[in-house]
Amino acid sequence: MTLEAYFDYFILPILTISVILVFIRLIKGPKVVDRVVALDLIITIGIGIITIFTIRSNQIVLLDVAIMLALIAFLGTVAFSFYIEKREDD
Amino acid sequence: MIDILIGILSTIGALSIFFASLGILRMPDFYLRLSVTVKAATLGVGLLLLCAAIIFPDISVSTKAIAITFFLIITSPIAAHMIGRAAYFTGTPLWKGTIIDELNGMYDKETHELKNEKQINMAEICGDEPDQIADTEEETK
Repeated sequence: MTLEAYFDYFILPILTISVILVFIRLIKGPKVVDRVVALDLIITIGIGIITIFTIRSNQIVLLDVAIMLALIAFLGTVAFSFYIEKREDD
Repeated sequence: MIDILIGILSTIGALSIFFASLGILRMPDFYLRLSVTVKAATLGVGLLLLCAAIIFPDISVSTKAIAITFFLIITSPIAAHMIGRAAYFTGTPLWKGTIIDELNGMYDKETHELKNEKQINMAEICGDEPDQIADTEEETK
């Protein structure tokens, strides 16, 4: 079994199933904070998927997208928690 | 030889991401979900990026991979702390089986400040604030 087939038939399906499981929590989360954490985790798994896709397609430019996604995930979570806390003050 | 090393690293990384997503689906409580998610996902993505850094014999890929890993390791605990703090202020209930809630009565709900030890004793004597531990399993599910 080559490494390419291993990436295609084992690693990428596991990451896809992970995204689907987190998406269930994103839909049914009882509170807003559950949804924020699920969104953060989906973006983090997306960085992993982009990394594997970079390896498979030999396009190293795609790693820049992963840097941008890491930034956006952090800023999004911080902004969400800031405004959730503000909303409670009213 | 390198292929075996990359296979092992990527397997550990993918499995820890999978366990993080199982944890966020199955854990009974927001705080338990948070504690499962952040650590395992950061480890998994870090290992996958390490695979990419090993495979490409290029200094720019290694630099980018190390930068992303470093950034994730720095920022994800901060984000988790902020969202956990916001969740406690908005009254997210703890799991029914929680034994002790050490923050109960310690936060000033108006100014969002943590009280010091002297005021804690005062709060224990005179204040009987209702705790945030849930009464049923359904509340946190």
